[in-house]
Amino acid sequence: MNTVINVPSSLDDQGIEKVLEQLATVPADAPVLIDARHARWGTPYGLTAMLTIGQARATKASFSGPESEDVASYWARTGFYRHAEGIFTLAGHVPKGRTAGESEVLLEITPVAHSEDVHNVVARIQHKAQTILQNLHIDSKATMGFAMTLSEACQNIIEHAGTGGWVAVQVYEWRKRLGRRVVVIAVCDAGQGFRRSLETTQGRRLGDRWDDGAALEEAVLRGVSRFTDKGRGQGLAGIRRYVGRWDGKLTVRSGTARLSIIPTWDDDVPLTKSLPAFPGAQMQIVIPERLTR
Amino acid sequence: MTRHIDLGSVLRGTVSEQFTNLVTRPTGHAVRGAIEALLGDATDAVTVIDFTHVGLLDYSCADEIIAKLLQRYDAREPADAPGAVYFVFRGLNELHIESIEWVLNHHGLALVAEEEDGEPHLIGAVDEEARTVWSVVGKIGACSALVVAEQAGLEPGRAERTLVDLWRRRLLRRENDQFLAARVAS
Repeated sequence: MNTVINVPSSLDDQGIEKVLEQLATVPADAPVLIDARHARWGTPYGLTAMLTIGQARATKASFSGPESEDVASYWARTGFYRHAEGIFTLAGHVPKGRTAGESEVLLEITPVAHSEDVHNVVARIQHKAQTILQNLHIDSKATMGFAMTLSEACQNIIEHAGTGGWVAVQVYEWRKRLGRRVVVIAVCDAGQGFRRSLETTQGRRLGDRWDDGAALEEAVLRGVSRFTDKGRGQGLAGIRRYVGRWDGKLTVRSGTARLSIIPTWDDDVPLTKSLPAFPGAQMQIVIPERLTR
Repeated sequence: MTRHIDLGSVLRGTVSEQFTNLVTRPTGHAVRGAIEALLGDATDAVTVIDFTHVGLLDYSCADEIIAKLLQRYDAREPADAPGAVYFVFRGLNELHIESIEWVLNHHGLALVAEEEDGEPHLIGAVDEEARTVWSVVGKIGACSALVVAEQAGLEPGRAERTLVDLWRRRLLRRENDQFLAARVAS
């Protein structure tokens, strides 16, 4: 019998935690039905993380999408259903017309597994990013930096996950949290995560203090990589620099911990531990609209 | 002799005809391998690395191509440094420079970049005294350590040590006791 996992109305970074809390008590090979019928919203992070959840299940999960035609249609335009049909057994309402390309979807959900995928993602984003960032009153010079940030975030999957992952970019109004529009990059994978990736080089050094939170601090704050090459680890440092320059927010979740680089407009906590375990790494980059005088 | 390596062509020839951006480590690794093959056993050569037809350069690719290339030809490194090759980087835009500076400073490296008017300048980790010495050589052309010491207001031994270090970093050329800028022959 399926265990029903209820998706909250907002499938964002907080909503996905509620899904993971429910899954924490269900064995990976137990059949589950993920019930998103009442979902009213989905962010790039929520949707890519949902695909990652599906990939991490040992037994193919069933998924029931939003009943709202508008919401379902929007999820289809992000490319969610196109990938979901290979990962989940889709139940209930499946929208037709699964094409993406709407203006608010800067980059539909795209699989990333190889270096060539990163080239294609960067090339696609360059065409659209300049206009979108200008609309957010972000300097046109930021466009290339945005593409670089996206490139480094995607490479994190290739270099460290040991498996493929997903990337999506979207612009939307972050009314409740910020009252401004934001551009959001989400990169998720169900790979080995930061703790396992860094364990052989850093785990012994930190001894008892070694856990998912410590691994995130090493990787994100100190630019530590599993490779001994001195040049490694600069990608995440570059992402941090870009996010800092544009007053953005960076959140990286891996295993049971989540680390955030927090701007003044947000009241998140820097490091959260003891979250429900989840394989791989999930990254969210939020760049807000610049306020004009 | 001056060699000219168009990075855009190298990228298309080694990775894909469709790509214009230098992104990812595997791409950087392939491009650097192609550059090293083109250089072969060149010695005492000025080589132009031309970025004119390159779109984006991310940090990982900058590290894989530029930092590793400079390290390989840096004569301060012991081991198997190949023949003396003096790189001049051309066609760099503001964002290329941002990625490049980031990785150069991370590794304590520097390079010679050519501005639009053909004038060279230094990018990366070079202290003020070394920059002054490098500029003196650039202005007056081939000169000895004594001349540089006088022009830069340095004690001769110190000027010589700085010049030799710049030469070993392949930021200056050397012919006997004369030091000269790594310039593209006009």
